[in-house]
Amino acid sequence: MTAIPKEEYLLKCTSACAGCSSSLCLRYITKAAGPDTVLVVPACCTSVIQGMYPNTAMDIPVYNIAFAAAAACASGLSNAFRALRRETNVIVYAGDGGTVDIGIQALSGAFERGTDFLYICYDNEAYGNTGMQRSGATPLGARTTTTPGGKPTTKKDLDRIVEAHDPPYMATACSAYPLDLFKKVKKALSIRGPKFIHILAPCPPGWRYSAEKTIEMGKLAVKTGTWVLYEREYGNLTINGPSKAAIRKPAPLEDYIKGQGRFKGVTPAMLEQMRQQMQANITRLVREEEGIC
Amino acid sequence: MRERLALSRPTEASSGKTGSWRTFRPVVDREKCNACGLCAQFCPDSVIDEDLVIDIEFCKGCGICAAECPKEAITMVREDR
Ligand SMILES: Cc1ncc(C[n+]2csc(CCOP(=O)(O)OP(=O)(O)O)c2C)c(N)n1
Ligand code: SF4
Ligand code: SF4
Ligand code: SF4
Ligand SMILES: [Mg+2]
Repeated sequence: MTAIPKEEYLLKCTSACAGCSSSLCLRYITKAAGPDTVLVVPACCTSVIQGMYPNTAMDIPVYNIAFAAAAACASGLSNAFRALRRETNVIVYAGDGGTVDIGIQALSGAFERGTDFLYICYDNEAYGNTGMQRSGATPLGARTTTTPGGKPTTKKDLDRIVEAHDPPYMATACSAYPLDLFKKVKKALSIRGPKFIHILAPCPPGWRYSAEKTIEMGKLAVKTGTWVLYEREYGNLTINGPSKAAIRKPAPLEDYIKGQGRFKGVTPAMLEQMRQQMQANITRLVREEEGIC
Repeated sequence: MRERLALSRPTEASSGKTGSWRTFRPVVDREKCNACGLCAQFCPDSVIDEDLVIDIEFCKGCGICAAECPKEAITMVREDR
């Protein structure tokens, strides 16, 4: 594997909460992309963690843009760079609210047009920056400020929506596996056309666990099978090692649920529904990998 | 009137010296440390350098390095302030 560059493009120190996994993701994404990169960031925690004007912690250009416009802005930037024969990487880095809810039509448009860019959604499963309101990506049963009794509906399946656009590369990742994320960003940027990476990004204040557990929480999401790590290259699916192991021998779902305050109050019936959903997702992916779907 | 572009410039400490946020400070026991580098790999704020020295001016005290150290070489010690 290529060595991880020593350079840091996220300067000390951002205003992210202690233990923020989005900061960790940004470190490895920018290491993989290098300095010839423009990030397009719609309103989200990442617009704030850059620090206060006229200073920024980001040592590469960042275009802070209105919520609904991120992928459209990236299309324009990418077309302009390519017209100038420049290979500058254009990467949207957006939250789950900005992706599954507000930015989805611009995302769909850019993928349909075949824009040469990488869209990354870091998913902390709520509107974090404004104090944790539920988003379409909030999972069943999770308490947020707008679902104080737990979210009654399930998480929107963003990956299947993106898959319907047949992108040349799409992958899932998790902040607890930064080297895997690094590799996926490198691979995505080596392919022309619209690419997509969906990162599960545990958030201490939002998920209500203490900051030192950020890596453990991400690993538990993968080890229980709640979050499946995979890549789909030109339609061919590969489930990655940690998830293969989890499918063979999953950790109990309770281990993931019980460590998070947002799941306090999940009933046994809800837990069963979560388990079924998780199993259905795994079965679908395994069948696809084996070519029987 | 001169038009101004809202352009921020890369700077360290764009959010101040975040070390003041800490309630617990990571303390490394060099005897136990085997220099595996995992603490630096997982630090969200990249405050652990190549020589595995923690920049205490910026470390937010999240405790991830201590939780992930396979040698249990890092202890989180309460700050007295
Ligand atoms: C059109 C518009 N509506 C609402 C807001 C307020 N707002 C800013 S950030 C944010 C939350 C974004 O959530 P998400 O995309 O999940 O990113 P996160 O904050 O969780 O990182 C909201 C609602 C805004 N800036 N613009
Ligand atoms: S609310 Fe969550 S995602 Fe946002 S800065 Fe804090 S830890 Fe990071
Ligand atoms: S994780 Fe622990 S053993 Fe590894 S380099 Fe850091 S302090 Fe040393
Ligand atoms: S406590 Fe957190 S911020 Fe400080 S060095 Fe350890 S991982 Fe980095
Ligand atoms: Mg969010």
